[in-house]
Amino acid sequence: MNSDLVQKISYHLLRLITYAIVVSVGYILFDIIRHGLPVINWEFLTDFPRRSGSEGGILPAILGTVYLTIGTIAVALPLGVGCAIYLSEYADQNRFSELIRLAIITLAGVPSIVYGLFGLGLFVIFCQFGTSILAGSLTLACMVLPIIIVASEESLRAVPRGFREASLALGATKWETIRTNVLPYSISGIITGSILAIGRAAGETAPILLTVAAFFLPKLPNSIFDQVMALPYHLYILATQHPEAEKVLPLQYGTALVLLMLVLGMNLGAIILRIHFRKKYKW
Amino acid sequence: MRMDKFMRMLLVSTASISILIVALIFLFLGKEAFPFGFDPGLGKLFDTKWIPVSFQEERFGIYPLVAGSSLVTLLAMLISIPLSVVGAIYIAEVAQPVEREILKPFIEILASIPSVVLGFFGLVVLAPLVKNVFGLSSGLNALTAALLLALMALPTIITISEDALASVPKSFKQASLSLGASDLQTIFRVTVPAALPGIIAAIMLGIGRVIGETMAVLMVSGNSAIISFFPLDSVRTMTATIAAEMGEVPFGSHHYQALFWIGIVLLLVTFVLNILSRLVLKKYGMAQ
Amino acid sequence: MVNTKKSTQKTTKPIIQAMDVSFFYGTAQALFNISLDIAPQRVTALIGPSGCGKSTFLRCLNRMNDIIPKTRLTGKVLISDRDIYGEKENIVDLRKQVGMVFQKSNPFPKSIFDNVAYGPRIHKLNDKKKLAEVVEKSLRRAALWDEVKDRLSNNAMGLSGGQQQRLCIARALAVDPKILLMDEPASALDPKSTTHIEDLIGELRADYTIVIVTHNMQQAARVSDETAFFYEGHLVEFSPTKEIFTKPKQKQTEDYITGRFG
Repeated sequence: MNSDLVQKISYHLLRLITYAIVVSVGYILFDIIRHGLPVINWEFLTDFPRRSGSEGGILPAILGTVYLTIGTIAVALPLGVGCAIYLSEYADQNRFSELIRLAIITLAGVPSIVYGLFGLGLFVIFCQFGTSILAGSLTLACMVLPIIIVASEESLRAVPRGFREASLALGATKWETIRTNVLPYSISGIITGSILAIGRAAGETAPILLTVAAFFLPKLPNSIFDQVMALPYHLYILATQHPEAEKVLPLQYGTALVLLMLVLGMNLGAIILRIHFRKKYKW
Repeated sequence: MRMDKFMRMLLVSTASISILIVALIFLFLGKEAFPFGFDPGLGKLFDTKWIPVSFQEERFGIYPLVAGSSLVTLLAMLISIPLSVVGAIYIAEVAQPVEREILKPFIEILASIPSVVLGFFGLVVLAPLVKNVFGLSSGLNALTAALLLALMALPTIITISEDALASVPKSFKQASLSLGASDLQTIFRVTVPAALPGIIAAIMLGIGRVIGETMAVLMVSGNSAIISFFPLDSVRTMTATIAAEMGEVPFGSHHYQALFWIGIVLLLVTFVLNILSRLVLKKYGMAQ
Repeated sequence: MVNTKKSTQKTTKPIIQAMDVSFFYGTAQALFNISLDIAPQRVTALIGPSGCGKSTFLRCLNRMNDIIPKTRLTGKVLISDRDIYGEKENIVDLRKQVGMVFQKSNPFPKSIFDNVAYGPRIHKLNDKKKLAEVVEKSLRRAALWDEVKDRLSNNAMGLSGGQQQRLCIARALAVDPKILLMDEPASALDPKSTTHIEDLIGELRADYTIVIVTHNMQQAARVSDETAFFYEGHLVEFSPTKEIFTKPKQKQTEDYITGRFG
């Protein structure tokens, strides 16, 4: 057979398979939007659930997820950025920095349910935080730490070496140089990484299953030692544990769509920011 | 200068926290699991039955759970590897630049869909489909779980394979093309073989992702703790077992400790896969 | 800080003394036993083929090589009689005294004013009026003031290449150094901007000690009083510029200057 023809057919085959992947992703989004959108209204977003979630809205779950992600980022951001600064600005290629890199790689690969077990053992039981926003946030923070470190380090390294040299040559100390002439220009990457981390934390179920989430709790938390509902867990409960799972299908779709919009919105925001900053800073 | 020393110390300590967390993960999983080693003894884990709650004899054999995890992982990989490698080749080597810029966000979107949402989709759309196609009484089985997991492994394998393909030196391709090879021949005889270590590493990371995945399998695998290698049987994975049972076990019981042992097995398997694949990527200069 | 007793004895006393300096990148030796005295208020050119160690030597003089991991220096470098690699040396004070201009102009992506004010601010000058004075003075000294005085708040990245390099010189001058190190400051510029920079070096000579690395021999001949020729990490010859270009003592120097290699 003519080799041009072979190539053409092969390329079409490759394209077909690739587009099949895209179409299936598209179909998932389409299905959830189609069934979820009619359910979402002001009442659904701002009302408390009633009759163990069969009626009413999902406000406590939305707020619970918001609290959890705020707690997560409050812990993970300073630690992650600090670690990234150390790796990009201070660390020589020695055993210690190798060990840190190994640790980050390991953390990135630990299954989320194992984070749940870890959080249960350390924060819930050993530290006696109980199943609470605090325990859940700390667990999620450990989980998203590698995301923030990797993104921040990358953007710190993207700052030209000349900025550092010029500043040092003027007699600035290392920390002054970092604070005034490196960090400000890498803030975009740090923000992008943080948003991705928030998106990940907001969508995770397994870690909070064991450390924070409440099955059905139609009130808002008073302190960080309280349990909360959370969107992903609420969806899981409605879909698998609810006595009338079939009947509450629309509510499941609605919850799924809210969660999806939250997470994809975060990711979309991160992508837009990345493009925006890329245009703004060129050196 | 004093400020400088202080900041240095502060940054060193924050950086050390990642090491500390890894150590604490091993420590606290070990701590909760440890007593099981004395009573009833580690041998109890090597058993063919997982019956943690029973009036006669409680049994904590993890073989059915390992079998369940293996079966869904194997099936998921059989589906995912060809699709994702082809996808990576297409995106890296065939697609036009504009097309690439459209395709890549789709892969990123797939990576960011929460697993509970995919599990939900599997439950309400995929499982009924599998049920009808195969004429089963329930669509909650290893195949349905594997289909979802395949979808979740796609972004990992595609992204890293694509990086590996892109890092193949242009000179290789030019040499091949200058010898009269067609684009297609060059892709499959030069580029892909050169990127193979990276692709293998990508697959290993994908396997790690799949073995550790919890919510989607919990929702659609049917959760019967039986040893089976038939795709249309309901199975129960290690992750799903922890997620489903940890909420109801008495703290400190044998059952509780056994669940932590499962966590340790998971941790070790993913740890080894992760480190191996990073070593491969590093050795061949394909790490991002 | 500066040992004034000694330095006032004779005006020809060197301000920079390199004594038996060797430098290593890991195990690779880049400089071999360099000894060199540089007199104050003179322009000294360091020339030689690429990779000869001239830039490495320059960066030893303000310890800029410190930021490269796994490097090591043996021997001594005295600046105003202070051992800058000595245990008591404060690297910040050193770099205040020894300014540096880099090969590729590297203004910060800040305003023109903030670029020049960066050094003084780091060194705790926060008085607005004084800061403005320092900025104006430095920009005037760098022959840039007239071109930018109306747009000090504009981003420095918008300046032309030659202007950017003069801005970097102004930025270095703003911390009031005694010595100015220049690492091929005109190599990335067009001929007109190069002339500008060379004229500027001629003017700055009256107040500063300048050490300039250049691969352009005409430039070395035009701007410098003394010239040091480096080859493969060794200092081959160090003489007044006139001599080195008219009757070099070493064969290698002659070969290089007449363009037989490099």
